[in-house]
Amino acid sequence: MSRENVLVSAQWAQENLETPGIVFVEVDEDTAAYDRNHIPGAVKLDWKTDLQDPVRRDFVNRDQFSALLSERGIGNNDIVILYGGNNNWFAAYAYWYFKLYGHLDVRLLDGGRKKWELDDRPLSTDAVTRNATNYEAKSPDNSIRAFRDDVVSAIGAQNLVDVRSPDEYTGRLLAPAHLPQEQSQRAGHIPTALSVPWSKAANADGTFKSDDELRDLYAEAGLDGQKSTIAYCRIGERSSHTWFVLRELLGHAEVRNYDGSWTEYGSLVGVPIALGEEPGKVEV
Amino acid sequence: MSALTQQSAQNIAGCAAPDQSAPLPASVDLNKETVISGVVDVDGQPVSGAYVRLLDASGEFTAEVVTSPEGVFRFFAAPGTWTLRALARAGEGSTEVTAAVGQNTVSVTLSD
Repeated sequence: MSRENVLVSAQWAQENLETPGIVFVEVDEDTAAYDRNHIPGAVKLDWKTDLQDPVRRDFVNRDQFSALLSERGIGNNDIVILYGGNNNWFAAYAYWYFKLYGHLDVRLLDGGRKKWELDDRPLSTDAVTRNATNYEAKSPDNSIRAFRDDVVSAIGAQNLVDVRSPDEYTGRLLAPAHLPQEQSQRAGHIPTALSVPWSKAANADGTFKSDDELRDLYAEAGLDGQKSTIAYCRIGERSSHTWFVLRELLGHAEVRNYDGSWTEYGSLVGVPIALGEEPGKVEV
Repeated sequence: MSALTQQSAQNIAGCAAPDQSAPLPASVDLNKETVISGVVDVDGQPVSGAYVRLLDASGEFTAEVVTSPEGVFRFFAAPGTWTLRALARAGEGSTEVTAAVGQNTVSVTLSD
């Protein structure tokens, strides 16, 4: 997998704002950000109201995803460029989603909204409308999605990578520090999980580090290249960022994102939890 | 009231960054929470749209928010020593804070 096929620079993006067949899509944690301003011509996907099922705790199914992209005017053959705030967390989550539903060509804007703003590149408040399409999503590729039973059986057997901040890993915080710490589930991490915060894979301006730096990062953390890997965080968006690094940038073969993440695992009855800075051991 | 209710519901559900200038959600208990908030400024003027990072005592990234139109940021942390680092087109700046349970107010001044 080469970086050029999955990641575009801000400069490339600005030069291709009006190129036919390329659609810019903003996906934000702050769902009001797009309405304040956006990259000219970009459409919006709301990670919550558009991408999550309104009833079940799951994301939208194949038919819902097809209807959503059709309505936003995205075609099966369009090159989709995803970007967003918070260092592309939710854009990376959407990227994983587009891959899960088999979109042919989807790429991330390196650095997302942050890099774009810091570069003082154009932003628009104009409403964007695109003609509807007949998008047809493929069957979900669950080889890139981990469920809770996969995670429990991966303890001590596969690579588990906890990408949350060190304070969440050790159990001192339950959520990222821009959110109230009010949740009731248990704190800590999945035993044997390595702590490699997602932020170590990014530069201060939100762009990804170089392939060499990324390879060194995971090698030093002790990731076993011969085993498959499951990444998790709190709700599956920061782990999408790391999933993108491991699978799309570094080309690891078997990498899955556990989108249930700590909000699910930390609420399960009867599963082991480790506290503190050490990965912890397998219970026998 | 409905906006507040919606805000706290959103916080519980996901990682969406709350509106930085909004009043604290009603669900936030200042007897339990360690809130670190303040203003980013340059030459005495508040800076909106600045990226503010909260780093833990080892310098590791913990969270990042964008300042409100009034230049305000807010974090929900834990008692201890933290560093705030701000980045904007106007420059960079950082401030260390030793936070306790309750409201901790701190400002970050940018320079070139």
